[in-house]
Amino acid sequence: MAYTIEGNTGPWEIVVGLEVHAQVISRAKLFSGAATDFGAPPNSQVSFVDAAFPGMLPVLNQECVAQAVRTGLGLNAQINLTSRFDRKNYFYADLPSGYQISQFEHPIVGTGVVEIELADGSTRQIGVTRLHLEQDAGKSMHDQSPTKTYVDLNRSGVGLMEIVSEPDIRSPEEAGAYLRKLRSILRYLGTCDGNMEEGSMRADVNVSVRKTGEAYRTRCEVKNVNSIRFVMQAVEVEAIRQIEVWESGGEVQQETRLFDSARGETRSMRSKEDAHDYRYFPDPDLLPLVLEQSWVDALRAALPELPDTKRARFISDYGLTPYDAGVLVAEQSTALFFEAVAQGRDAKQAANWVTGDLFGALNRTGTSIETSPVSAENLGALLDLIADNTINGKIAKQVFEEMVATGAAPAAIVEAKGLRQVTDTSAIDAAVDAIMAANPDKVAEYRSGKDKLFGFFVGQVMKAMAGKGNPALVNTAIKAKLG
Amino acid sequence: MSLDPAAVRRIAKLARIRVDDAELPVLAGELNSILGWIEQLNEVNIDGVAPLAGAPGMTQALRADVVNDGGYPEKVLANAPDREGDFFTVPKVVE
Repeated sequence: MAYTIEGNTGPWEIVVGLEVHAQVISRAKLFSGAATDFGAPPNSQVSFVDAAFPGMLPVLNQECVAQAVRTGLGLNAQINLTSRFDRKNYFYADLPSGYQISQFEHPIVGTGVVEIELADGSTRQIGVTRLHLEQDAGKSMHDQSPTKTYVDLNRSGVGLMEIVSEPDIRSPEEAGAYLRKLRSILRYLGTCDGNMEEGSMRADVNVSVRKTGEAYRTRCEVKNVNSIRFVMQAVEVEAIRQIEVWESGGEVQQETRLFDSARGETRSMRSKEDAHDYRYFPDPDLLPLVLEQSWVDALRAALPELPDTKRARFISDYGLTPYDAGVLVAEQSTALFFEAVAQGRDAKQAANWVTGDLFGALNRTGTSIETSPVSAENLGALLDLIADNTINGKIAKQVFEEMVATGAAPAAIVEAKGLRQVTDTSAIDAAVDAIMAANPDKVAEYRSGKDKLFGFFVGQVMKAMAGKGNPALVNTAIKAKLG
Repeated sequence: MSLDPAAVRRIAKLARIRVDDAELPVLAGELNSILGWIEQLNEVNIDGVAPLAGAPGMTQALRADVVNDGGYPEKVLANAPDREGDFFTVPKVVE
């Protein structure tokens, strides 16, 4: 069922394309030897090239090129062995040269595809138009003084990959799924950390609306969207705004708009009225970039297993549901953790513990899989204690909580707290006899056909045994004695 | 291709160059004569010739991913007309 927004004139379809700016992970900048670390003192990571001093020449960082190629390969995209750098001209205080070195006509990566999974289990292919390399700008701070804007050029010249999607996205959910998938691929590849809070991944959202079957109508570009949730909101509120414009007899103007997350609305950025006249031309300081196919092949051979492949493997090798497999592969560290737990054990049980109890504990304690209080080794050991009947499933939950609190190994907790499961049938028989003796009326009711009371007896016996009875043996004993 | 005074005003604005209205027709005339001169290149037949963006046969030199520059905010800020600590400052840019 396609997503539509209901207007006064009937349903409207939305058309979305995303431009994602992803900061390249590299030690030095795209065209200079200055460092790229986040959070350094102002202007301490700036070379004369980054500050656009006269006569300074850019020299391309090979690792940034390799990162762009790796990303292209991860997006199943065409790698262009010859590409070129152009100047994109505009004036802003944090762009000292007055132009950004970018790739306009001949990007390093051509068309590719990202497969997204939706909540209903279906998948869709979202086309990637291109990926190109460009410089980041410096950072302007407007809130430090009532009259001045502060400029820090540390970010100036850091490598960015601009990843442009086709207008294939048709709902806020798909926009969110695309960004999550893209971020997951970038993190697996190690080409961008995907941290939207620190601005190392940012999205511009192109939105238009149309009646089903129509050609595309005029689009607007919404800038400054810095979280996946905001992208999804921006898509929806901008689409609703455009529908209102069309339905009131107006016409949507192509323009750049700003998303105001506090008000949940988009508004026009008049300062950008000349923004689409960038007067691109080839950068005369830089020769064409020519790559060897053998170098690209070597990068391809060294790529890690990517989320789609890993997900397929988790489904086929471990028998996981597509949903669980998707959850487990979203972050590489989670997938590694899961595989360490599942190795040689019941994989479905391992998946349930990781996605259920462990994720819950991480949320509660504000930790991540990397800083998990429960190691993969200890979680695995806990599953072993269940498998060899040392403890039952219910006690395991109790042991797990203790592991979260103390980080201790499960066997030590079981010993220290005396949680070992009771499999001694004479002890179980004794407990069953005691409960039956204390509840003669219930026994009579059960025997006269009230089968539902069976659960009552199991509960009472387990309670009497402090939860440590072996459930299967308890069931057998009760069944035998109640007859 | 020919530029009218309005186009010259727009180009000047994009390049942040102040031009008096009286100068616009003069500049349009000068720029048009340059464009006319460049347009002679259209007479050359370039069918089957790939565009060239640099010296033939030469390709991009690459640097290793090594930090070997920066770390001198004083030099970077030496020519700043206005600064606050180690920040450049400019008249407030309001969005």
